[in-house]
Amino acid sequence: MHTRYMNPYLAGFLLGLVLLATIFITGRGLGASGAMKSVVVSAVAAAAPAHAASNEFYSTPLSHGNPLSDWLVFEILGVIIGAFISGVMAKRLKFMVERPPQVRGWVRLAGAFAGGILFSVGAQFGRGCTSGAALSGMAVLSAGGIITMMAIFGSAYAVAYFFRKLWI
Amino acid sequence: MGPLVPDIVSGGMNLVLALLLGIGFGFVLEQAGFSSSRKLTGLFYGRDFTVLRVFFTAGVTAMSGVLVLSRFGLLDPDVIYINPTFLQSAILGGLIMGVGFVIGGFCPGTSVCAASVGRIDGMVFVAGGLAGVFIFGEAYPLVEGIYKAGDMGDLLISNALGISGGTFALLTIAVAVGAFAVTTRLEKRLNPATAAGSFPLRYHRLAAVLVLAVGVMLAVTPERKARLLAEASDPAWLSRHPVAIMTPDEAAFHILQRDPDVQLIDVRDPADFAKMSLPGAAGIPAASMFSRQWRGVLGKPGVRYVFFGKTGEESVRAAALASLLGYGETAALQGGLDNFKAAILDNSAPPNFTLAATVSSPEADTYRFRETAGPQIAMLIKQRAAPKEVKTIKRVQGGCGG
Repeated sequence: MHTRYMNPYLAGFLLGLVLLATIFITGRGLGASGAMKSVVVSAVAAAAPAHAASNEFYSTPLSHGNPLSDWLVFEILGVIIGAFISGVMAKRLKFMVERPPQVRGWVRLAGAFAGGILFSVGAQFGRGCTSGAALSGMAVLSAGGIITMMAIFGSAYAVAYFFRKLWI
Repeated sequence: MGPLVPDIVSGGMNLVLALLLGIGFGFVLEQAGFSSSRKLTGLFYGRDFTVLRVFFTAGVTAMSGVLVLSRFGLLDPDVIYINPTFLQSAILGGLIMGVGFVIGGFCPGTSVCAASVGRIDGMVFVAGGLAGVFIFGEAYPLVEGIYKAGDMGDLLISNALGISGGTFALLTIAVAVGAFAVTTRLEKRLNPATAAGSFPLRYHRLAAVLVLAVGVMLAVTPERKARLLAEASDPAWLSRHPVAIMTPDEAAFHILQRDPDVQLIDVRDPADFAKMSLPGAAGIPAASMFSRQWRGVLGKPGVRYVFFGKTGEESVRAAALASLLGYGETAALQGGLDNFKAAILDNSAPPNFTLAATVSSPEADTYRFRETAGPQIAMLIKQRAAPKEVKTIKRVQGGCGG
Protein backbone atom coordinates (compact mmCIF):
# COMPACT_ATOMS: atom_id res chain seq x y z
CA MET A 1 0.00 0.00 0.00
CA HIS A 2 3.01 2.30 0.05
CA THR A 3 3.25 2.78 -3.66
CA ARG A 4 3.77 6.33 -4.80
CA TYR A 5 0.94 8.37 -6.20
CA MET A 6 1.24 11.08 -8.79
CA ASN A 7 1.72 14.64 -7.57
CA PRO A 8 -1.89 15.70 -6.95
CA TYR A 9 -1.56 18.99 -8.79
CA LEU A 10 -0.07 17.27 -11.81
CA ALA A 11 -2.83 14.65 -11.67
CA GLY A 12 -5.43 17.41 -11.38
CA PHE A 13 -3.92 19.27 -14.31
CA LEU A 14 -3.94 16.13 -16.47
CA LEU A 15 -7.50 15.31 -15.39
CA GLY A 16 -8.48 18.86 -16.32
CA LEU A 17 -6.89 18.43 -19.74
CA VAL A 18 -8.77 15.16 -20.32
CA LEU A 19 -12.01 16.93 -19.39
CA LEU A 20 -11.15 19.91 -21.59
CA ALA A 21 -10.35 17.63 -24.52
CA THR A 22 -13.67 15.85 -23.96
CA ILE A 23 -15.58 19.14 -24.03
CA PHE A 24 -13.64 20.37 -27.06
CA ILE A 25 -14.19 17.19 -29.05
CA THR A 26 -17.68 16.17 -28.00
CA GLY A 27 -19.22 19.34 -26.52
CA ARG A 28 -20.07 17.42 -23.32
CA GLY A 29 -18.24 16.52 -20.14
CA LEU A 30 -17.17 13.31 -18.46
CA GLY A 31 -19.47 11.20 -16.31
CA ALA A 32 -19.88 7.99 -14.39
CA SER A 33 -23.36 7.65 -12.87
CA GLY A 34 -24.90 8.01 -16.35
CA ALA A 35 -23.22 4.76 -17.39
CA MET A 36 -24.64 2.97 -14.33
CA LYS A 37 -28.06 4.27 -15.30
CA SER A 38 -27.64 2.92 -18.85
CA VAL A 39 -26.81 -0.53 -17.49
CA VAL A 40 -29.86 -0.57 -15.20
CA VAL A 41 -32.18 0.79 -17.90
CA SER A 42 -31.07 -1.95 -20.32
CA ALA A 43 -31.48 -4.62 -17.67
CA VAL A 44 -34.99 -3.48 -16.78
CA ALA A 45 -35.94 -3.19 -20.45
CA ALA A 46 -34.71 -6.75 -21.06
CA ALA A 47 -36.37 -8.24 -17.97
CA ALA A 48 -39.67 -6.33 -18.03
CA PRO A 49 -40.22 -4.39 -21.25
CA ALA A 50 -43.79 -3.39 -20.40
CA HIS A 51 -42.73 -2.09 -17.01
CA ALA A 52 -39.89 -0.08 -18.57
CA ALA A 53 -42.23 1.42 -21.13
CA SER A 54 -44.63 2.62 -18.46
CA ASN A 55 -42.02 4.58 -16.47
CA GLU A 56 -40.51 7.76 -17.90
CA PHE A 57 -37.24 7.15 -16.04
CA TYR A 58 -36.64 4.08 -18.22
CA SER A 59 -38.66 4.95 -21.32
CA THR A 60 -36.99 8.30 -22.07
CA PRO A 61 -33.45 6.91 -22.43
CA LEU A 62 -34.85 3.87 -24.27
CA SER A 63 -36.44 6.18 -26.84
CA HIS A 64 -32.93 7.44 -27.72
CA GLY A 65 -31.79 4.00 -28.85
CA ASN A 66 -29.87 1.21 -27.18
CA PRO A 67 -28.71 2.61 -23.80
CA LEU A 68 -25.62 0.38 -23.92
CA SER A 69 -24.27 2.11 -27.03
CA ASP A 70 -24.29 5.36 -25.09
CA TRP A 71 -21.23 7.63 -25.00
CA LEU A 72 -20.81 7.27 -21.24
CA VAL A 73 -20.89 3.47 -21.36
CA PHE A 74 -17.89 3.48 -23.71
CA GLU A 75 -16.19 6.12 -21.60
CA ILE A 76 -16.61 3.97 -18.48
CA LEU A 77 -15.22 0.93 -20.32
CA GLY A 78 -12.23 3.19 -20.99
CA VAL A 79 -12.03 4.12 -17.30
CA ILE A 80 -11.83 0.42 -16.40
CA ILE A 81 -8.99 -0.09 -18.89
CA GLY A 82 -7.18 3.11 -17.90
CA ALA A 83 -7.37 2.43 -14.18
CA PHE A 84 -6.21 -1.14 -14.77
CA ILE A 85 -3.19 0.04 -16.78
CA SER A 86 -2.33 2.52 -14.04
CA GLY A 87 -2.75 -0.20 -11.42
CA VAL A 88 -0.37 -2.50 -13.31
CA MET A 89 2.21 0.27 -13.69
CA ALA A 90 2.02 1.24 -10.02
CA LYS A 91 1.89 -2.42 -8.87
CA ARG A 92 -1.40 -1.77 -7.10
CA LEU A 93 -3.38 -4.69 -8.54
CA LYS A 94 -4.63 -6.79 -5.66
CA PHE A 95 -7.88 -8.44 -4.64
CA MET A 96 -8.60 -6.99 -1.24
CA VAL A 97 -11.09 -5.14 0.89
CA GLU A 98 -9.49 -1.85 1.81
CA ARG A 99 -10.31 -0.94 5.40
CA PRO A 100 -8.71 0.31 8.59
CA PRO A 101 -7.41 -2.60 10.71
CA GLN A 102 -10.13 -2.32 13.38
CA VAL A 103 -13.00 -2.33 10.87
CA ARG A 104 -14.29 -5.77 9.94
CA GLY A 105 -14.45 -6.75 6.30
CA TRP A 106 -18.20 -7.30 6.23
CA VAL A 107 -18.78 -3.91 7.88
CA ARG A 108 -16.71 -2.19 5.20
CA LEU A 109 -18.55 -4.06 2.45
CA ALA A 110 -21.96 -3.28 3.94
CA GLY A 111 -20.88 0.37 4.08
CA ALA A 112 -19.72 0.26 0.47
CA PHE A 113 -23.02 -1.23 -0.66
CA ALA A 114 -25.17 1.21 1.32
CA GLY A 115 -22.97 4.12 0.24
CA GLY A 116 -23.25 3.01 -3.36
CA ILE A 117 -27.03 2.99 -3.13
CA LEU A 118 -27.15 6.42 -1.51
CA PHE A 119 -24.64 7.98 -3.88
CA SER A 120 -26.49 6.62 -6.86
CA VAL A 121 -29.89 7.82 -5.65
CA GLY A 122 -28.35 11.24 -4.98
CA ALA A 123 -26.74 11.26 -8.43
CA GLN A 124 -30.15 10.74 -10.03
CA PHE A 125 -31.53 13.77 -8.19
CA GLY A 126 -28.37 15.74 -8.96
CA ARG A 127 -28.45 14.69 -12.64
CA GLY A 128 -24.89 13.50 -12.31
CA CYS A 129 -22.29 12.63 -9.70
CA THR A 130 -18.92 14.04 -8.75
CA SER A 131 -17.77 13.59 -12.35
CA GLY A 132 -20.81 14.44 -14.44
CA ALA A 133 -22.40 17.14 -12.31
CA ALA A 134 -19.73 18.56 -10.00
CA LEU A 135 -16.52 18.44 -12.06
CA SER A 136 -17.96 18.74 -15.57
CA GLY A 137 -20.51 21.30 -14.36
CA MET A 138 -17.74 23.39 -12.83
CA ALA A 139 -15.81 23.35 -16.11
CA VAL A 140 -18.73 24.84 -18.05
CA LEU A 141 -19.78 27.17 -15.20
CA SER A 142 -23.11 25.38 -14.72
CA ALA A 143 -24.88 26.81 -11.67
CA GLY A 144 -26.57 23.48 -10.97
CA GLY A 145 -23.28 21.56 -11.18
CA ILE A 146 -21.53 23.92 -8.79
CA ILE A 147 -24.47 23.90 -6.34
CA THR A 148 -24.43 20.08 -6.40
CA MET A 149 -20.66 20.07 -5.82
CA MET A 150 -20.97 22.31 -2.76
CA ALA A 151 -23.85 20.19 -1.45
CA ILE A 152 -21.82 16.96 -1.86
CA PHE A 153 -18.77 18.20 0.01
CA GLY A 154 -20.77 20.22 2.54
CA SER A 155 -22.91 17.22 3.41
CA ALA A 156 -19.92 14.87 3.55
CA TYR A 157 -18.12 17.13 6.04
CA ALA A 158 -21.32 17.53 8.06
CA VAL A 159 -21.83 13.80 8.56
CA ALA A 160 -18.17 12.67 8.57
CA TYR A 161 -17.99 12.79 12.37
CA PHE A 162 -20.80 10.26 12.78
CA PHE A 163 -19.10 7.71 10.57
CA ARG A 164 -15.52 8.28 11.79
CA LYS A 165 -15.29 4.73 13.16
CA LEU A 166 -15.50 3.42 9.59
CA TRP A 167 -12.32 5.24 8.63
CA ILE A 168 -10.12 6.19 11.60
CA MET B 1 -13.89 25.25 -34.20
CA GLY B 2 -15.03 23.02 -31.37
CA PRO B 3 -16.94 21.08 -30.43
CA LEU B 4 -15.95 18.67 -33.19
CA VAL B 5 -19.04 16.48 -32.71
CA PRO B 6 -21.20 16.14 -34.76
CA ASP B 7 -19.82 18.21 -37.69
CA ILE B 8 -16.30 16.80 -37.82
CA VAL B 9 -16.43 13.68 -35.67
CA SER B 10 -19.49 11.47 -35.76
CA GLY B 11 -21.10 8.15 -34.89
CA GLY B 12 -18.71 5.29 -34.33
CA MET B 13 -15.67 7.54 -34.16
CA ASN B 14 -17.30 9.38 -31.28
CA LEU B 15 -17.61 6.12 -29.33
CA VAL B 16 -13.96 5.25 -30.04
CA LEU B 17 -13.02 8.65 -28.66
CA ALA B 18 -15.26 7.99 -25.63
CA LEU B 19 -13.20 4.87 -24.95
CA LEU B 20 -9.89 6.72 -25.37
CA LEU B 21 -10.92 9.70 -23.25
CA GLY B 22 -12.23 7.26 -20.65
CA ILE B 23 -8.84 5.52 -20.58
CA GLY B 24 -7.22 8.88 -19.86
CA PHE B 25 -9.82 9.62 -17.20
CA GLY B 26 -9.41 6.26 -15.44
CA PHE B 27 -5.61 6.32 -15.71
CA VAL B 28 -5.31 9.74 -14.10
CA LEU B 29 -7.83 8.96 -11.34
CA GLU B 30 -5.96 5.79 -10.42
CA GLN B 31 -2.55 7.52 -10.60
CA ALA B 32 -3.87 10.18 -8.25
CA GLY B 33 -4.76 7.50 -5.71
CA PHE B 34 -8.52 7.66 -6.19
CA SER B 35 -8.84 3.88 -6.20
CA SER B 36 -8.24 4.01 -2.46
CA SER B 37 -11.30 4.67 -0.30
CA ARG B 38 -9.15 5.60 2.69
CA LYS B 39 -7.32 8.19 0.64
CA LEU B 40 -10.60 9.62 -0.64
CA THR B 41 -12.27 9.81 2.76
CA GLY B 42 -9.08 11.21 4.27
CA LEU B 43 -10.36 14.54 2.99
CA PHE B 44 -13.25 14.52 5.43
CA TYR B 45 -11.04 13.80 8.44
CA GLY B 46 -8.29 16.29 7.66
CA ARG B 47 -5.76 13.54 7.05
CA ASP B 48 -5.28 13.70 3.31
CA PHE B 49 -6.22 16.57 1.03
CA THR B 50 -5.40 14.81 -2.23
CA VAL B 51 -9.04 14.89 -3.37
CA LEU B 52 -9.25 18.63 -2.83
CA ARG B 53 -6.02 19.21 -4.75
CA VAL B 54 -6.83 16.97 -7.69
CA PHE B 55 -10.47 17.98 -7.95
CA PHE B 56 -9.91 21.72 -7.67
CA THR B 57 -6.91 21.70 -10.01
CA ALA B 58 -8.84 19.71 -12.60
CA GLY B 59 -11.88 21.98 -12.32
CA VAL B 60 -9.82 25.14 -12.60
CA THR B 61 -7.81 23.76 -15.54
CA ALA B 62 -10.89 22.72 -17.51
CA MET B 63 -12.82 25.89 -16.64
CA SER B 64 -9.94 28.15 -17.68
CA GLY B 65 -9.39 26.06 -20.80
CA VAL B 66 -13.03 26.37 -21.86
CA LEU B 67 -12.90 30.14 -21.36
CA VAL B 68 -9.57 30.54 -23.18
CA LEU B 69 -10.70 28.42 -26.16
CA SER B 70 -13.94 30.43 -26.33
CA ARG B 71 -11.96 33.69 -26.25
CA PHE B 72 -10.06 32.63 -29.34
CA GLY B 73 -13.18 31.42 -31.11
CA LEU B 74 -11.96 27.79 -31.01
CA LEU B 75 -14.89 26.53 -28.93
CA ASP B 76 -18.50 27.66 -29.27
CA PRO B 77 -19.83 28.29 -25.74
CA ASP B 78 -23.38 28.40 -27.11
CA VAL B 79 -23.20 24.79 -28.27
CA ILE B 80 -21.46 22.91 -25.44
CA TYR B 81 -23.62 21.05 -22.94
CA ILE B 82 -24.40 23.02 -19.81
CA ASN B 83 -25.70 20.86 -16.96
CA PRO B 84 -29.22 22.19 -16.39
CA THR B 85 -30.08 23.68 -13.02
CA PHE B 86 -33.00 22.20 -11.08
CA LEU B 87 -32.41 23.91 -7.78
CA GLN B 88 -34.17 21.68 -5.23
CA SER B 89 -33.10 18.47 -6.91
CA ALA B 90 -29.47 19.67 -7.26
CA ILE B 91 -29.24 20.45 -3.54
CA LEU B 92 -31.09 17.33 -2.38
CA GLY B 93 -29.02 15.11 -4.66
CA GLY B 94 -25.77 16.66 -3.44
CA LEU B 95 -26.73 16.18 0.20
CA ILE B 96 -27.56 12.50 -0.36
CA MET B 97 -24.36 11.98 -2.36
CA GLY B 98 -22.28 13.47 0.46
CA VAL B 99 -23.66 10.91 2.93
CA GLY B 100 -23.09 8.14 0.39
CA PHE B 101 -19.51 9.32 -0.05
CA VAL B 102 -18.71 9.10 3.67
CA ILE B 103 -20.44 5.76 4.20
CA GLY B 104 -19.32 4.14 0.96
CA GLY B 105 -15.88 5.68 0.62
CA PHE B 106 -16.19 6.28 -3.11
CA CYS B 107 -18.07 8.16 -5.75
CA PRO B 108 -19.24 6.29 -8.87
CA GLY B 109 -16.18 7.10 -11.01
CA THR B 110 -13.66 6.26 -8.32
CA SER B 111 -15.49 3.05 -7.38
CA VAL B 112 -15.05 1.84 -10.96
CA CYS B 113 -11.31 2.61 -10.72
CA ALA B 114 -11.07 0.76 -7.41
CA ALA B 115 -12.92 -2.24 -8.83
CA SER B 116 -10.55 -2.23 -11.81
CA VAL B 117 -7.51 -2.69 -9.59
CA GLY B 118 -9.16 -5.44 -7.54
CA ARG B 119 -10.66 -3.57 -4.59
CA ILE B 120 -13.63 -5.66 -3.51
CA ASP B 121 -15.13 -2.70 -1.65
CA GLY B 122 -15.08 -0.84 -4.97
CA MET B 123 -16.92 -3.68 -6.70
CA VAL B 124 -19.52 -3.77 -3.95
CA PHE B 125 -19.97 0.00 -4.22
CA VAL B 126 -20.60 -0.39 -7.96
CA ALA B 127 -23.21 -3.06 -7.19
CA GLY B 128 -24.81 -0.72 -4.66
CA GLY B 129 -24.73 2.03 -7.27
CA LEU B 130 -26.63 -0.12 -9.75
CA ALA B 131 -29.14 -1.02 -7.04
CA GLY B 132 -29.50 2.67 -6.24
CA VAL B 133 -30.40 3.53 -9.84
CA PHE B 134 -33.01 0.77 -9.80
CA ILE B 135 -34.48 1.99 -6.50
CA PHE B 136 -34.67 5.54 -7.84
CA GLY B 137 -36.19 4.29 -11.08
CA GLU B 138 -38.91 2.35 -9.24
CA ALA B 139 -39.61 5.34 -6.99
CA TYR B 140 -39.48 7.78 -9.90
CA PRO B 141 -43.26 8.37 -10.14
CA LEU B 142 -43.20 9.35 -6.44
CA VAL B 143 -40.20 11.70 -6.65
CA GLU B 144 -40.84 13.13 -10.11
CA GLY B 145 -42.27 16.32 -8.61
CA ILE B 146 -39.14 17.28 -6.71
CA TYR B 147 -36.90 15.95 -9.50
CA LYS B 148 -38.42 18.42 -11.95
CA ALA B 149 -38.98 21.34 -9.58
CA GLY B 150 -37.12 24.63 -9.81
CA ASP B 151 -36.12 24.32 -13.47
CA MET B 152 -33.77 27.19 -14.22
CA GLY B 153 -32.51 25.85 -17.55
CA ASP B 154 -28.91 26.23 -18.71
CA LEU B 155 -28.11 28.69 -15.94
CA LEU B 156 -24.48 29.78 -15.72
CA ILE B 157 -23.10 30.48 -12.26
CA SER B 158 -21.57 33.70 -13.60
CA ASN B 159 -24.97 34.92 -14.81
CA ALA B 160 -26.58 33.91 -11.54
CA LEU B 161 -24.00 35.97 -9.64
CA GLY B 162 -24.02 38.81 -12.14
CA ILE B 163 -20.30 38.61 -12.92
CA SER B 164 -18.36 37.57 -16.00
CA GLY B 165 -17.22 34.00 -16.52
CA GLY B 166 -13.63 35.24 -16.36
CA THR B 167 -14.19 36.89 -12.99
CA PHE B 168 -15.74 33.70 -11.65
CA ALA B 169 -12.70 31.76 -12.88
CA LEU B 170 -10.36 34.21 -11.13
CA LEU B 171 -12.32 33.86 -7.88
CA THR B 172 -12.25 30.06 -8.15
CA ILE B 173 -8.51 30.08 -8.81
CA ALA B 174 -7.91 32.40 -5.85
CA VAL B 175 -10.01 30.19 -3.55
CA ALA B 176 -8.24 27.07 -4.85
CA VAL B 177 -4.72 28.47 -4.34
CA GLY B 178 -5.69 29.71 -0.88
CA ALA B 179 -7.18 26.34 0.03
CA PHE B 180 -4.06 24.52 -1.22
CA ALA B 181 -1.79 26.71 0.92
CA VAL B 182 -3.90 26.35 4.07
CA THR B 183 -4.53 22.60 3.76
CA THR B 184 -0.87 21.87 3.06
CA ARG B 185 0.04 23.53 6.36
CA LEU B 186 -2.75 21.69 8.15
CA GLU B 187 -1.71 18.38 6.69
CA LYS B 188 1.93 18.86 7.67
CA ARG B 189 0.83 19.41 11.25
CA LEU B 190 -1.84 16.69 11.47
CA ASN B 191 -0.32 13.96 9.40
CA PRO B 192 3.33 14.60 8.51
CA ALA B 193 3.76 11.13 7.04
CA THR B 194 1.52 11.76 4.01
CA ALA B 195 2.26 15.44 3.42
CA ALA B 196 2.26 16.05 -0.29
CA GLY B 197 5.23 17.48 -2.06
CA SER B 198 6.92 15.41 -4.69
CA PHE B 199 8.30 18.57 -6.16
CA PRO B 200 9.79 21.48 -4.23
CA LEU B 201 7.76 24.28 -2.76
CA ARG B 202 9.12 26.93 -5.10
CA TYR B 203 7.63 25.11 -8.12
CA HIS B 204 4.28 25.03 -6.37
CA ARG B 205 4.58 28.76 -5.79
CA LEU B 206 5.53 29.36 -9.41
CA ALA B 207 2.53 27.32 -10.55
CA ALA B 208 0.26 29.27 -8.21
CA VAL B 209 1.48 32.58 -9.65
CA LEU B 210 0.99 31.30 -13.19
CA VAL B 211 -2.60 30.14 -12.68
CA LEU B 212 -3.45 33.36 -10.87
CA ALA B 213 -2.07 35.26 -13.86
CA VAL B 214 -4.32 33.21 -16.15
CA GLY B 215 -7.27 34.05 -13.89
CA VAL B 216 -6.49 37.77 -13.96
CA MET B 217 -6.18 37.65 -17.75
CA LEU B 218 -9.57 35.93 -18.01
CA ALA B 219 -11.16 38.43 -15.64
CA VAL B 220 -9.89 41.54 -17.47
CA THR B 221 -10.30 40.46 -21.09
CA PRO B 222 -13.78 40.60 -22.60
CA GLU B 223 -15.50 37.51 -23.93
CA ARG B 224 -15.19 37.04 -27.67
CA LYS B 225 -18.79 37.98 -28.45
CA ALA B 226 -18.64 41.15 -26.40
CA ARG B 227 -15.26 42.07 -27.89
CA LEU B 228 -16.36 41.59 -31.51
CA LEU B 229 -19.66 43.42 -30.94
CA ALA B 230 -17.79 46.32 -29.34
CA GLU B 231 -15.31 46.48 -32.22
CA ALA B 232 -18.03 46.35 -34.87
CA SER B 233 -19.75 49.40 -33.39
CA ASP B 234 -16.61 51.34 -32.44
CA PRO B 235 -16.15 54.38 -34.76
CA ALA B 236 -12.36 54.27 -34.34
CA TRP B 237 -12.21 50.62 -35.39
CA LEU B 238 -14.57 51.27 -38.29
CA SER B 239 -12.45 54.15 -39.54
CA ARG B 240 -9.44 51.85 -39.60
CA HIS B 241 -11.40 49.01 -41.22
CA PRO B 242 -13.91 50.78 -43.45
CA VAL B 243 -16.91 48.76 -44.54
CA ALA B 244 -17.71 48.71 -48.27
CA ILE B 245 -20.99 50.50 -49.01
CA MET B 246 -23.49 49.54 -51.70
CA THR B 247 -25.99 52.14 -52.86
CA PRO B 248 -29.69 51.26 -53.11
CA ASP B 249 -29.50 51.65 -56.89
CA GLU B 250 -26.63 49.21 -57.16
CA ALA B 251 -28.52 46.79 -54.92
CA ALA B 252 -31.68 47.22 -57.00
CA PHE B 253 -29.67 46.49 -60.13
CA HIS B 254 -28.27 43.26 -58.66
CA ILE B 255 -31.74 42.24 -57.45
CA LEU B 256 -33.22 42.65 -60.93
CA GLN B 257 -30.24 40.89 -62.52
CA ARG B 258 -30.67 38.03 -60.03
CA ASP B 259 -26.91 38.22 -59.64
CA PRO B 260 -25.75 34.96 -57.98
CA ASP B 261 -22.54 36.61 -56.79
CA VAL B 262 -24.35 39.14 -54.62
CA GLN B 263 -26.28 37.88 -51.61
CA LEU B 264 -28.41 40.25 -49.57
CA ILE B 265 -28.56 39.51 -45.84
CA ASP B 266 -31.39 40.90 -43.72
CA VAL B 267 -30.19 41.24 -40.11
CA ARG B 268 -33.47 42.44 -38.62
CA ASP B 269 -35.54 40.31 -36.24
CA PRO B 270 -36.98 37.12 -37.74
CA ALA B 271 -40.53 38.48 -37.32
CA ASP B 272 -39.74 41.57 -39.40
CA PHE B 273 -37.94 39.44 -41.95
CA ALA B 274 -40.91 37.11 -42.26
CA LYS B 275 -43.27 40.04 -42.82
CA MET B 276 -41.30 41.80 -45.53
CA SER B 277 -37.81 41.78 -46.97
CA LEU B 278 -35.94 42.41 -50.18
CA PRO B 279 -36.18 39.77 -52.92
CA GLY B 280 -33.62 37.01 -52.54
CA ALA B 281 -32.46 38.22 -49.12
CA ALA B 282 -31.52 35.67 -46.48
CA GLY B 283 -32.54 36.40 -42.90
CA ILE B 284 -29.74 36.24 -40.33
CA PRO B 285 -30.67 38.11 -37.15
CA ALA B 286 -27.72 40.20 -35.96
CA ALA B 287 -27.86 38.56 -32.53
CA SER B 288 -27.36 35.10 -33.99
CA MET B 289 -24.56 35.95 -36.40
CA PHE B 290 -22.10 34.12 -34.13
CA SER B 291 -23.85 30.81 -34.59
CA ARG B 292 -22.21 28.18 -36.74
CA GLN B 293 -25.54 27.45 -38.38
CA TRP B 294 -24.88 30.27 -40.87
CA ARG B 295 -21.67 28.84 -42.20
CA GLY B 296 -23.60 27.26 -45.05
CA VAL B 297 -25.12 30.61 -46.04
CA LEU B 298 -22.22 32.97 -45.44
CA GLY B 299 -18.64 32.55 -46.53
CA LYS B 300 -19.11 31.08 -50.01
CA PRO B 301 -16.07 32.04 -52.08
CA GLY B 302 -16.67 34.70 -54.73
CA VAL B 303 -19.95 35.89 -53.23
CA ARG B 304 -20.35 39.46 -51.96
CA TYR B 305 -22.58 39.65 -48.89
CA VAL B 306 -24.56 42.85 -48.58
CA PHE B 307 -25.95 43.37 -45.08
CA PHE B 308 -28.90 45.50 -44.23
CA GLY B 309 -30.91 46.33 -41.13
CA LYS B 310 -33.57 48.96 -40.74
CA THR B 311 -31.00 51.77 -40.59
CA GLY B 312 -27.63 52.43 -42.17
CA GLU B 313 -25.92 52.12 -38.81
CA GLU B 314 -27.32 48.63 -38.24
CA SER B 315 -26.23 47.65 -41.73
CA VAL B 316 -22.64 48.84 -41.22
CA ARG B 317 -22.40 47.15 -37.83
CA ALA B 318 -23.61 43.84 -39.26
CA ALA B 319 -21.22 44.02 -42.22
CA ALA B 320 -18.32 44.84 -39.89
CA LEU B 321 -19.25 41.96 -37.56
CA ALA B 322 -19.45 39.53 -40.46
CA SER B 323 -16.06 40.64 -41.64
CA LEU B 324 -14.66 40.20 -38.09
CA LEU B 325 -16.12 36.70 -38.03
CA GLY B 326 -14.11 35.96 -41.14
CA TYR B 327 -16.97 35.85 -43.62
CA GLY B 328 -15.17 36.92 -46.80
CA GLU B 329 -16.29 39.94 -48.78
CA THR B 330 -18.92 42.00 -46.99
CA ALA B 331 -20.68 45.29 -47.67
CA ALA B 332 -23.42 47.36 -46.05
CA LEU B 333 -26.52 48.62 -47.81
CA GLN B 334 -26.31 52.41 -47.72
CA GLY B 335 -28.89 53.75 -45.26
CA GLY B 336 -30.36 50.32 -44.64
CA LEU B 337 -33.81 49.13 -45.63
CA ASP B 338 -35.46 52.46 -44.79
CA ASN B 339 -33.28 54.26 -47.31
CA PHE B 340 -33.87 51.56 -49.93
CA LYS B 341 -37.64 51.92 -49.52
CA ALA B 342 -37.47 55.72 -49.73
CA ALA B 343 -35.13 55.77 -52.72
CA ILE B 344 -36.32 52.89 -54.87
CA LEU B 345 -39.85 51.99 -53.83
CA ASP B 346 -41.11 55.49 -53.06
CA ASN B 347 -39.22 57.11 -55.90
CA SER B 348 -39.98 60.79 -56.36
CA ALA B 349 -38.90 63.11 -59.09
CA PRO B 350 -35.98 65.44 -58.58
CA PRO B 351 -36.86 69.17 -58.64
CA ASN B 352 -37.55 70.74 -62.06
CA PHE B 353 -37.89 67.37 -63.72
CA THR B 354 -40.36 66.68 -66.47
CA LEU B 355 -40.83 63.30 -68.02
CA ALA B 356 -40.87 64.74 -71.45
CA ALA B 357 -37.49 66.22 -71.00
CA THR B 358 -34.74 64.43 -72.80
CA VAL B 359 -32.05 65.94 -70.65
CA SER B 360 -29.47 63.50 -69.41
CA SER B 361 -28.14 64.34 -66.00
CA PRO B 362 -27.09 61.89 -63.24
CA GLU B 363 -30.24 62.83 -61.29
CA ALA B 364 -32.47 62.25 -64.26
CA ASP B 365 -30.84 58.91 -65.11
CA THR B 366 -31.19 57.76 -61.53
CA TYR B 367 -34.83 58.82 -61.52
CA ARG B 368 -35.57 56.94 -64.72
CA PHE B 369 -33.83 53.79 -63.42
CA ARG B 370 -35.80 53.94 -60.18
CA GLU B 371 -39.00 54.57 -62.05
CA THR B 372 -38.52 51.24 -63.85
CA ALA B 373 -36.88 49.25 -61.07
CA GLY B 374 -39.16 50.36 -58.22
CA PRO B 375 -42.42 48.72 -59.42
CA GLN B 376 -40.60 45.58 -60.53
CA ILE B 377 -38.97 45.16 -57.14
CA ALA B 378 -42.23 45.99 -55.38
CA MET B 379 -43.82 43.17 -57.37
CA LEU B 380 -41.01 40.77 -56.42
CA ILE B 381 -41.42 41.72 -52.77
CA LYS B 382 -45.13 40.94 -52.97
CA GLN B 383 -44.46 37.58 -54.64
CA ARG B 384 -41.76 36.67 -52.13
CA ALA B 385 -42.41 33.23 -50.70
CA ALA B 386 -42.38 32.69 -46.96
CA PRO B 387 -38.77 32.26 -45.81
CA LYS B 388 -37.48 28.75 -45.35
CA GLU B 389 -36.82 27.57 -41.84
CA VAL B 390 -33.10 27.33 -41.21
CA LYS B 391 -32.10 24.36 -39.09
CA THR B 392 -30.82 25.82 -35.87
CA ILE B 393 -27.85 24.33 -34.10
CA LYS B 394 -28.85 23.11 -30.69
CA ARG B 395 -26.78 22.50 -27.64
CA VAL B 396 -25.07 19.14 -27.40
CA GLN B 397 -27.00 16.73 -25.20
CA GLY B 398 -24.94 15.16 -22.48
CA GLY B 399 -24.86 14.66 -18.77
CA CYS B 400 -25.81 11.74 -16.64
CA GLY B 401 -29.51 12.53 -16.23
CA GLY B 402 -30.34 11.08 -19.68
